[in-house]
Amino acid sequence: MTDRFEPAGESAFSEDRKPAATLRMVLRTPQGVIGVTIVAVFLLSALFAPAIAPYDPFQINIPDRLQAPSLNHLLGTDQLGRDTFSRILYGGRIAVQLAGIAVGLSLAIGLVLGMIAGYGPRWFDNLMLLLFDTIRSFPTIVMAMAVVSLTGPSLEMVMAIFVINAVPGFGRIARTQTLALRNTEFILAEHSLGASTALILRRHIMPNVVGPLLILAAMDVPVVITVEAGLSFLGLGVLPPTPSWGSLLNEGFRILRDTPWPVIAGGLPLIITTLGFTFLGESLRDVFDPKLRKEP
Amino acid sequence: MLNYALQRIGLAIVIVFLVVFALFVMIHFIPGDPVAIALGPRATPEIEARFVAKMRLDEPLYMQFFAFLGGVLQGDLGNDIFSERPVLTILFEALPYTVILATAAMAWSAALGIFLGCFSAARPNSLIDRITGVVSIGTITVPSFVVSIYMLIVFAVFLKWLPVIGAGEPGNFWDQARHLILPAFAVGLGWVGYVARMVRASMLEVIGENHIRAARSFGLPHRVVVYRYALKVAILPTITLLGIGFGNLLSGAVFAEIIFSRPGIGKLIFDMVMTRNFPVVQGGVLVTAILYVATTLTADLLAAAMDPRIRKSL
Repeated sequence: MTDRFEPAGESAFSEDRKPAATLRMVLRTPQGVIGVTIVAVFLLSALFAPAIAPYDPFQINIPDRLQAPSLNHLLGTDQLGRDTFSRILYGGRIAVQLAGIAVGLSLAIGLVLGMIAGYGPRWFDNLMLLLFDTIRSFPTIVMAMAVVSLTGPSLEMVMAIFVINAVPGFGRIARTQTLALRNTEFILAEHSLGASTALILRRHIMPNVVGPLLILAAMDVPVVITVEAGLSFLGLGVLPPTPSWGSLLNEGFRILRDTPWPVIAGGLPLIITTLGFTFLGESLRDVFDPKLRKEP
Repeated sequence: MLNYALQRIGLAIVIVFLVVFALFVMIHFIPGDPVAIALGPRATPEIEARFVAKMRLDEPLYMQFFAFLGGVLQGDLGNDIFSERPVLTILFEALPYTVILATAAMAWSAALGIFLGCFSAARPNSLIDRITGVVSIGTITVPSFVVSIYMLIVFAVFLKWLPVIGAGEPGNFWDQARHLILPAFAVGLGWVGYVARMVRASMLEVIGENHIRAARSFGLPHRVVVYRYALKVAILPTITLLGIGFGNLLSGAVFAEIIFSRPGIGKLIFDMVMTRNFPVVQGGVLVTAILYVATTLTADLLAAAMDPRIRKSL
């Protein structure tokens, strides 16, 4: 799937673009507007969860258990009478943290490895490609189950598993971009003026490589949120009573015979945020890379 | 072609070897005492000693690795800790269910995706094309396990139309087919969008080419031009996508199997993770990875056989 980014040898990233201008271009399509709105709501609701949430997400209230959605409890309550809407808001905080750290780390590691693979010696390049291919041949969830069975479930493990799986995606793009750049005149000129490899990579290659990686990062946010939710749903990620979207699904699934509402409510934020980030990622790609834009 | 095939097969073998190595490293270097994890805190020293000897945990690491590798090469993945049955037998009992599920999911999603892709590409930027585009993104983004759970709620809790537990009575084809519908739908849904977008993009590229314009100018019907001439070329990237996709379907199948309590390799690995039955987990991961590598390899070779340009690119 990531292969579609690869042909972008010289993209619009070479020019300087101001964030405000980018945002304006993204907002020109309905898709972009929806994407930006959802992502903004997601970030804000996570940030201000304590202020917005009508109840304490850990507050047990047995008389009000297993309620259907109502004005008092917008998305109903679970088997312990905890307010599902509040728990979802707090679950969003975990999703934001996880997405920020895990995607950021994958981007950083992928960027460094990819640039060295593209600019450095041939054997390192081949080694990296082989490594990336090997990681790709592990189905993520199956590998995650195997690892977690040894280490025990935790948020850190979910992050580590995601990072290992996501680095090849970032690394491949960084490598391809670097390969396209390494023989361009301005890099050769720097080299002949005696600039060190580290300086060339940091000062001249990195700014030109990082752009497409940001698009992939936007597209990877929903992936990491899904991986977390999936693993937590299986009981291999974030454990109850911590309210993550996956653990909400996990708890809701167990009481499905009593009430379907916690499960229905737990799935919604997942669907909406993944949709939002995908729309945003697609719009960003359309703006940044005219070559990959849809045909007129 | 032969050269390309050999290189590609060589790469696949190296990758499988690395997967075996990675599995071994994972099991031995991830913190945690395998004996304690497998046997629990109440094991007596005698049981522990017997387990250590049986699993060869007292031998040096490199000896363990070669024993493990040798076993893998001979198709010996060890025995189940509890029932002592060979892991390979257990895996092969579960595997057909997963393969059937993944194949059914891929078949319906690819057929619909290819049709939608062609349909939109033949009418670019029409209303139908835009609707298909939005629906495609929609199906791609919804996580398959959420689809599975929602299907379960709709069909089991509200409608009670289709069976949602198990794989059906063995030998009863219709019963098994009915049990297959919901999981196959949930697992395949995301692929409809992927395939449709891929086919649309490559179709649009192909439709502008000269041989298609020539076919049109000969007065061939639109349908024949699109489905017989253009699709033949445009399908190539999709074949590769399906090869990679099959592996991802296996991941989706894990959730569907667990949610619908359907036997299969995903549910097997999950159950064994829960009971800390490492030999089976290890074997399951290995078999899944080999399946994954094999399908990608098949797709690549198939694409190369159909498109001479790819053979030169490796």
